[in-house]
Amino acid sequence: MSQAISHSNDNHEHHEDLSILGFWIFLVTDVLLFGTLFATFMVLRTHFDGGPTGKELFEAPGYITETFLLLTSSFTSGLATLALHKGKVNQLIGWLIITALLGMGFVGLEINEFSNMIAEGATISRSAFLSAFFTLVGTHGLHVSVGLVWMISIMIQLKTDGITSVMKRKVTMISLYWHFLDVVWIFLLTIVYLMGVM
Amino acid sequence: MKKRGLLNGIKAAGLVAFAAFFLSGCSSDQLIVLDPKGPVGRTELHLIYLSVLLCAIVVIPVLAILVYILVRYRDKPGNKALYQPKWDDSKVLEVIWWGIPIVIIGILGVYTVKGVHTLTKPPVKNVNPITIQVTSLDWKWLFEYPDQGVATVNYVEIPAGVPVQFELTADGPMNSFWVPQLGGQEYTMPGMAMRLWLQADQPGTYFGSGANFTGEGFAHMRFNVIAKPQSEFNQWVKHVKDTAPAMTNDDYAKLKKQGLSHVKSYSSYPEARFRKVIDKNGGQYMNMDQNKNDMSNMDMKH
Amino acid sequence: MLDNLKDFASHFFVTGDPLIYGADVAIGLTMAAIIFVLFYFKKWGWLWREWLTTVDHKKIGIMYIIASLLMLFRGGVDALLMRAQLALPNIHFLQSEHYNEIFTTHGTIMILFMAMPLMFGLFNIAVPLQIGARDVAYPFLNALSFWMFFFGAMLFNLSFVIGGSPAAGWLAYPPLSELTTSPGVGENFYIWGIQLSGVGSLASGINFTVTILKMRTKGMKLMDMPLFSWSVLASCLTILLAFPVLTVTLALLFIDRFAGAHFFTMLHGGNPMMYVNLIWMWGHPEVYIVVLPAFGIYSEVVSTFSKKKIFGYKSMVFSLMIISVLGYFTWVHHFFTMGASANVNAFFAITTMAIAIPTGVKIFNWLFTMFRGRIRITQPMLWTLAFIPTFLVGGATGVMLAVAPADYQYHNSYFLIAHFHQTLIGGVVFGYLAGLYYWWPKMFGFKLNVKLGLWAFWLWNIGFYVCFMPQYALGFMGMTRRVYTYGWDMGWAPLNLISSIGAVFMGIGFIFQVWQILYSIKYGERDTTGDPWDGHTLEWSIPSPAPEYNFAVLPEVKGRDDFWRRKEEGLDNKIKEKDLKPIHMPKNSGIPFIMSAFWFVAGFGFTFGWTWMIVIGLAGVAGCMLARSFSKNNDYYIPVEQIRKTESKYGRLV
Repeated sequence: MSQAISHSNDNHEHHEDLSILGFWIFLVTDVLLFGTLFATFMVLRTHFDGGPTGKELFEAPGYITETFLLLTSSFTSGLATLALHKGKVNQLIGWLIITALLGMGFVGLEINEFSNMIAEGATISRSAFLSAFFTLVGTHGLHVSVGLVWMISIMIQLKTDGITSVMKRKVTMISLYWHFLDVVWIFLLTIVYLMGVM
Repeated sequence: MKKRGLLNGIKAAGLVAFAAFFLSGCSSDQLIVLDPKGPVGRTELHLIYLSVLLCAIVVIPVLAILVYILVRYRDKPGNKALYQPKWDDSKVLEVIWWGIPIVIIGILGVYTVKGVHTLTKPPVKNVNPITIQVTSLDWKWLFEYPDQGVATVNYVEIPAGVPVQFELTADGPMNSFWVPQLGGQEYTMPGMAMRLWLQADQPGTYFGSGANFTGEGFAHMRFNVIAKPQSEFNQWVKHVKDTAPAMTNDDYAKLKKQGLSHVKSYSSYPEARFRKVIDKNGGQYMNMDQNKNDMSNMDMKH
Repeated sequence: MLDNLKDFASHFFVTGDPLIYGADVAIGLTMAAIIFVLFYFKKWGWLWREWLTTVDHKKIGIMYIIASLLMLFRGGVDALLMRAQLALPNIHFLQSEHYNEIFTTHGTIMILFMAMPLMFGLFNIAVPLQIGARDVAYPFLNALSFWMFFFGAMLFNLSFVIGGSPAAGWLAYPPLSELTTSPGVGENFYIWGIQLSGVGSLASGINFTVTILKMRTKGMKLMDMPLFSWSVLASCLTILLAFPVLTVTLALLFIDRFAGAHFFTMLHGGNPMMYVNLIWMWGHPEVYIVVLPAFGIYSEVVSTFSKKKIFGYKSMVFSLMIISVLGYFTWVHHFFTMGASANVNAFFAITTMAIAIPTGVKIFNWLFTMFRGRIRITQPMLWTLAFIPTFLVGGATGVMLAVAPADYQYHNSYFLIAHFHQTLIGGVVFGYLAGLYYWWPKMFGFKLNVKLGLWAFWLWNIGFYVCFMPQYALGFMGMTRRVYTYGWDMGWAPLNLISSIGAVFMGIGFIFQVWQILYSIKYGERDTTGDPWDGHTLEWSIPSPAPEYNFAVLPEVKGRDDFWRRKEEGLDNKIKEKDLKPIHMPKNSGIPFIMSAFWFVAGFGFTFGWTWMIVIGLAGVAGCMLARSFSKNNDYYIPVEQIRKTESKYGRLV
C-alpha cells in the first residue's frame, strides 16, 4: 500500500504540471480573443456616427485610477505567489485578499464609468465606436470579475486545505491569469484611452 | 455470385448516368461562362483554360500511376513484383514532387497576378467608357446612368464595343453582380462603391443575376443586359427621357422595400442618390482613394 | 388568457408546414420510444453511470460518433430535400423561406455538428491508444467538451420545431443576419448552438495538444509518433488559433442583435465587410482543421494495408505543419470579389495555390507508400483509394478557384458548390469513414460486414460523382448557389435532375451503412486478437475493445511503428504479472453533463431574450464550476487484482 501512495504523489505532481501547461495554452487562446476584439476596435474607433468621441467621453482621473488599482493588484498577487513558495498560508491569503479588494475597486470604477457614459446618452447602440468600446472594455471587466469569484473560492479552499500540490497549482493559475489581465489592460489603456483622447 | 452481379449492376448504372450527363443537353451555347462575348470574359476564360491545362499535367499522370500501382502491387499469391517494406525514403523522388507543383504554381501565379491587374483597367483604351451605377435592393436591381441621367430597374442597356464601368453598391444585404458572358462578378456592398469593368463586343441580350444570397426573393434577382450599337443606345436613352416618369425620393423608398419588381425605366433620378446611399450606409468611413487599383479614377462626379 | 397562450404557442412553435408537423410527430414518437425503453429495461442508472457521467476517452469517442452519425442523417435529409426541390424547374415542394432554412442548417450541421464531432470522436478513440497513454490529459474537460457540443447541437436542432430555423446561410453574413432583415430567433439559435459547441471544440483543442505533447509513452519521440497523431496535433494547433476568432465574431453579431450594437449593421457606422473577414479567418482554417486528421487517417491506412512503412515520413509531417500554417493566410480567397486591391487579391491567390504544393506532396507520398508494397483492399483501404482521385480532382478545381480573375466567374456558382463538396466529401467524409472502418474493431471488438460495406461504398461513390460532376457544368451555365427555384430558360433542368439522382444514391449508401452496423453487431466477424489488420502502431497491441485502463503496463517503444517491429522480431505482447501496479484513474463525474445542460438553458434564454432563464442558466453554470473546484477525491486506483483478472481473460498474462 505504501508503494501505491508514493506512486499517487508522483501522479498528482505530474497532473498539476499538465494543468498549468493547459492553462498557458488557454491563455494563448484568450490572447487571440482579445486580439480579435482589439482588431474590431481599431476598425471602428473612428466610426462615431456624429455621436460622442473618446475625447469627449474619457476622463483621465477615472482610467488613471483604474490603471493604478490593477497594476498594484498585479504586484500584490506577485507577493501572494512569493508567500506561496515560502509556504506561509496566512500571508498568502492576506495578499490575495488585498489583490481581490484592489480588483473590486477596479471593477467598481469601471461600472461607474460605464454608467456615467450611459447617462450621458453614450450607449452601446449609439455608434459603432461605442459598440466596440463597451464590448472590448466590458470583456476585460468581465474577465476581472470572473477572476475575483475564482480568487475568493481559492481563498476559502486555502483556509480549509492549506498549501497542497493542488492548491499550489490553483494559486499559480490565478496569478498567471491576473498578470495576463494586467497586460491586456496596458494595451487597453494605450489603444482605447490614450489614443482616444489624443 | 448473384449478389455480386447486382452490385456490378449498380456500378454499370452509375456509368450510364455518368455518360448521360455528358450527352444530355449540355451543349456549348448553354455553358455561358465558356462562351464569353466580351474582352473581360475572354481574359478570364484564357486563365480558366490555362489552369485546367496545368492541373491536368499533374492529375492525369497521378491517376495513371495510381492505377498502375494498384494493379501491380496487389497482395495476391504469386505476385512477383518487388516488395520492399522498409523502403521509405528517397531524396530524388521527394525533390521531384516538391519541385513539379512548385513550378506549376509558379507559372500559374505569374499569369494570375497579371490577370488581376489587367481586370482593374478598361478593356480597350481608345474608346471613351461610360459609367453605370448599380444598386442592389431587396430583391431588385437599380441601374443609374450618371452621364445620361436616366435610370432602369431589372434591365440595363449598354452600347456595344464600349467599355462600361459599373459602380456597385447595395442598399440592403450584400449581393454580387454577375453577367457571365461579359465577365466575372463583383460584390455589391452597403457603404462601398466597387468597380467592375465589362464590355460587350456585339449587340445581344446577356443573362445577369445576383450571385450572393440576400433572402427570400434572391432567386428572382435576374436582369438582362441588352447591348446595342451606339446609335440605337442613344435612341433608347432619348426614348426613356421622353416617355418614362421621373424617379422621386418616394419612388426610391418604394423600391427599397422588400419585394420583387417588373422592369422599369425612369427619365431622371434624385440628385446624387447613389453617393448619398453609400454615405448613409457607412461610406464616410471608407477611405476609398486608398484602393487605387480596383477603385481607380475614383472621381465620384456628385 | 387562453388567447394569449395560443398566440404565444403559434410564435413559439414552428407552424404551417406539413413537413414540420411530420417531423414533430417523428421526434415526439422517438423520444417516447427511448424513454419507454429506458423505463422498461430499467436502464436509467446504467445510462447515467456508464455513459452520461463517463470520463473515459473511449466511451466519449463512441458518443461523439453516434451523435455525429445522427447529425449526418439530419444534414443528409436536408440535402435530399434541397435536391428534391431543385430536381426540376418551378417546383413548389419547398417555399423560398423553407428552402433557405434548409440550406443554412445543412451547411452548419455538416461542418460543425457532423464533421467536427466525428473528428473529435476519432481523436478520442485513437490518439491515447496510439501514443500509449491511459487517457487524455484532462479527462474531465474531455467529457465537458463532449456535452457542450451535444447540448449546442441540440439547441441548434431545436430551432426546427421551436421558434424557426436560421435562414441566412451557414456563415450568416450581415447585414442579412441582422435584426432588421432576420427578425426571428433563428439566427440566435444559430449563434448559441455554435457558441456552446465551440467552447467544447476549443477545450478539445487544448486537451489533445497537451495529450500529444506530454502523454506519449516512454521512448516515443515526436518524430516517432504515428502520422494520425501528428495530424491531430496540426489540427488542434489550428483550432487553438482559429476558434477564438469565431467565438468573438458570433458574440459581436449577437451583441448587435441582442443589445442593439452596431458592429456589422449598415447604419450608425457598422461594417459588414469586417464580419466577412472575421468569419473567414476562422472559416478557412476550419476547413484544414477537419481535413488534416483525414490526411492522418489515410497515412495510417495506406501504410497498414500496403504492408509497408509510410513513405517520406518527415516530408509528411512537414507538409501537415505547412498546411496548417498556410491555412491562416488564405481567407481572402473566399471573397476575391469584395473589392480588395489587386495586390491583396494576388497575394491571397498565390498563398491559396501554394497550399496545393504540400497537399500534392502528400498524395505522391501515399502513392509511393503503396509502390513496392503489398496492397490489401479492405474497407478502410477502399475508401482511401476512392479518396485519391476524388481529392485530386477536387484539389485541381481548388487551384482553378484560386486563380483570382477566373474566380470572378466561379464565385458563388455551382462550380464552387461542386468543388467544396468534392474536397469535403472526398477528403473529409471518405477519410473519416475510412477511419471508422479502420478503428471499428478496436472500438467494439468486431469488424463491419464486407458485403454490405461494398454496397454502401459503391452507392456513395457513384452517387457522389453523379451528384457533383454535373454541378461543375451548372456553374459554367451561370447557376448560382442558394436559388430555391429556376426556370426552363437557362437549360439547367437535365443536369439538376441527374444531380438529384446522385444525391439519392448517396442517401441509399448511408442506409446501407446503418444496416451494415446493425447487421454486424449481431453477425460481424469478432476480433479476438486485438490486431485484426496486422497493424503497425500501439493501438493494435492491446485487446479489442481496449480495457478501461488501455495499457496494463505502459509500453516502452524504440522508434516508429514499434508494434510492427515487435511482431517482426517475434516478440509477443504478453504482460508479466510482476510488472502490474495499481492504475491511477479519474472518477466519473456528473458535472460536465449538468453544467452543459445549464449552458443549454442559458443559451435558450439568450435566444428568446428571457432574462430569468439566462440568470438560472448562468447561475447553474457558476454553481457547477464551484462544485468542481471544491470537490476532492476525483480519482481512484484500479487494484492489481482487477487488472490481473482482465488481462488473463484476454490471455495476456504470463
